[in-house]
Amino acid sequence: MRKILLVGNPNVGKSVLFSRLTGVHATASNYPGTTISYTQGFLKLGEEKVEVIDVPGTYTLEPTSEAEEIALQMLDTGDIVIDVVNATNMERSLYLTLQLLEKGTPVIVALNLWDDTKHRGIDIDLDKLREFLGVPVIPTVAVSGEGIKDLVEHIPKATSPDAPVRTRDERWATIGSIIDQVQHIEHRHHTWLERLQDASVKPLPGGMIAVVVLICAFLVIRFIGESLIGYVLDPLFNNLWAPVVIWLSNLMGGSGFLHDIVVGTVAGGEVNFVESFGLLTSGLYVPFAMVLPYIISFYLVLGLLEDVGYLPRLAVLMDTVMHWLGLHGYAIIPTLLGLGCNVPAVLATRILESKRERFIASTLVAIAVPCAALQAMIFGLVGERGGQYVAIVYGTLFVVWVILGIILNHAVKGFSPELLIEIPPYRLPPWRIVLQKLWMRVYGFLAEAIPIILGAIVVINMLYSLRVFDAIASFTAPVVTGLLGLPKEAVTSLIIGFLRKDVALGMLAPLALTAKQLVVASVVLAMFFPCIATFVVLLRELGVVYLLKSAGVMILAALVTGGMLNLIL
Amino acid sequence: MPHRDLITLTRMQTGQSGQVAEIRGGFGMVDRLNALGIIPGKRITKISSMFARGPVAIEVDRGQVAIGYGMANKIIIQLDQIR
Repeated sequence: MRKILLVGNPNVGKSVLFSRLTGVHATASNYPGTTISYTQGFLKLGEEKVEVIDVPGTYTLEPTSEAEEIALQMLDTGDIVIDVVNATNMERSLYLTLQLLEKGTPVIVALNLWDDTKHRGIDIDLDKLREFLGVPVIPTVAVSGEGIKDLVEHIPKATSPDAPVRTRDERWATIGSIIDQVQHIEHRHHTWLERLQDASVKPLPGGMIAVVVLICAFLVIRFIGESLIGYVLDPLFNNLWAPVVIWLSNLMGGSGFLHDIVVGTVAGGEVNFVESFGLLTSGLYVPFAMVLPYIISFYLVLGLLEDVGYLPRLAVLMDTVMHWLGLHGYAIIPTLLGLGCNVPAVLATRILESKRERFIASTLVAIAVPCAALQAMIFGLVGERGGQYVAIVYGTLFVVWVILGIILNHAVKGFSPELLIEIPPYRLPPWRIVLQKLWMRVYGFLAEAIPIILGAIVVINMLYSLRVFDAIASFTAPVVTGLLGLPKEAVTSLIIGFLRKDVALGMLAPLALTAKQLVVASVVLAMFFPCIATFVVLLRELGVVYLLKSAGVMILAALVTGGMLNLIL
Repeated sequence: MPHRDLITLTRMQTGQSGQVAEIRGGFGMVDRLNALGIIPGKRITKISSMFARGPVAIEVDRGQVAIGYGMANKIIIQLDQIR
């Protein structure tokens, strides 16, 4: 099967174009041996079915990052290249185009964001551009679908003009002369959107905008999450599912080993979905009714912020603070991702240049950034005792994030590289793209979490009946009871935290802890150890030695923080 | 060329325009800036700078780029003549 590669700079609408070409049946894969992911799909060219690959965005074929190196390697496997060029910034896009023409693979240019050129006062002479490049050039608007049919029809006409291999200076000189003759720019006054764009990277207005954006994001996440729980999932579970569970419980005789695993403890004909700990009760309620609603709302809001183009601006604003932690502003992106799930967050530390930064960033994420699943449980269980306790948990984690970052910055050898990023213009993303991404992320959560949660519940029930936890509890009692002030039964929860943090916090529910104990337990649980999935990714990303260092930091930080909270509160 | 017109990107005023005169960095830095079209001779306008040695945002061609303070300090700009 022939392979078509979609190549272009970041932020030129390449992924939207990809989804236009291939429809909904796209799969994300990792490039062998790396965590750089790319998407592949299929396209019908007349009778022929061809594979389409969305290559990671790159500015140049002289790779300056791992993603760009992968892009270069993927290029050699393609039969045709669709070069996605930003019509509103041809100067930058054409550098890559010239390099692609030098490679000898047949190229067709999609001049995307074509609609933007008109109101930005840019006039492009398409015929002249075709003549200069020697390949078909098709104007497209991926967001609306304009020009896509034309592009597909012209794919077979992609050609290789045998361009001479140029030096860097020669390429820029060529681009200069192309631009001079092809592009005409009329001066336009700044639109309000452009003013907002500029304001959001200026210190004062930018800071205020950031505060407003983050508060709104938080409120929207809570509103959607709580509405889903209160109006959809709780009624479903309480009114429809509970009677089924009671019926099943009676059918199984109301007690016994199998009954406890499947249904859990059902007291007096009432199902407590959080505390009963059966496969069909807590095993379904925790992932679907407590965690999933927040996963959906978090990734919806994060996806919007990503696609609108706000995150790079946040990176600029946060750069100074992140430098204290030995990172640069871009590290705010893995950190925010970590609030959803630590696994993609650790993977996203790949965007940072040095091993030192990746170590600091991923250790900080694993320790001080609670994932959405854990946060949902914190809001559910700690929130019950009062908002101030939730605030203490979050405040503590934030302080730990800063202090630990400063310590790591001084303790780990090396320096922090500089921030260098493109700030894309604000764009309204098409809903289709936002929802498609949301679905991929939610599906990822369900596929990953459900089996582990169900497995964890079976394991917990079996270990309970074997009294394994009692033995461990007595053994670790001095630390857990003495240092942290928790009952020794809480040890079980801390151990289960290695499997799933949400389930672990759920296990604290039946222990009748005081609010203070619940706060200490939540903080320790968040910091102590990452869940197994994160642990595996950390191992893959950092290697054994750094993982051990990271784990040491985690245990020490968790015990110190938990001990201090126990003393202070 | 009068030297008083040469200034580092960090010391440029917000809103000022000029031409990149020189990039006083190693190959790695030159490569990364090259990829974003920031090369000697390119016209740029400074959009903003964060306080406390924060990054500098510039407009180059019709796109915007944020550059960390240390790197921005090594980019020398020839200011436009104001008449």
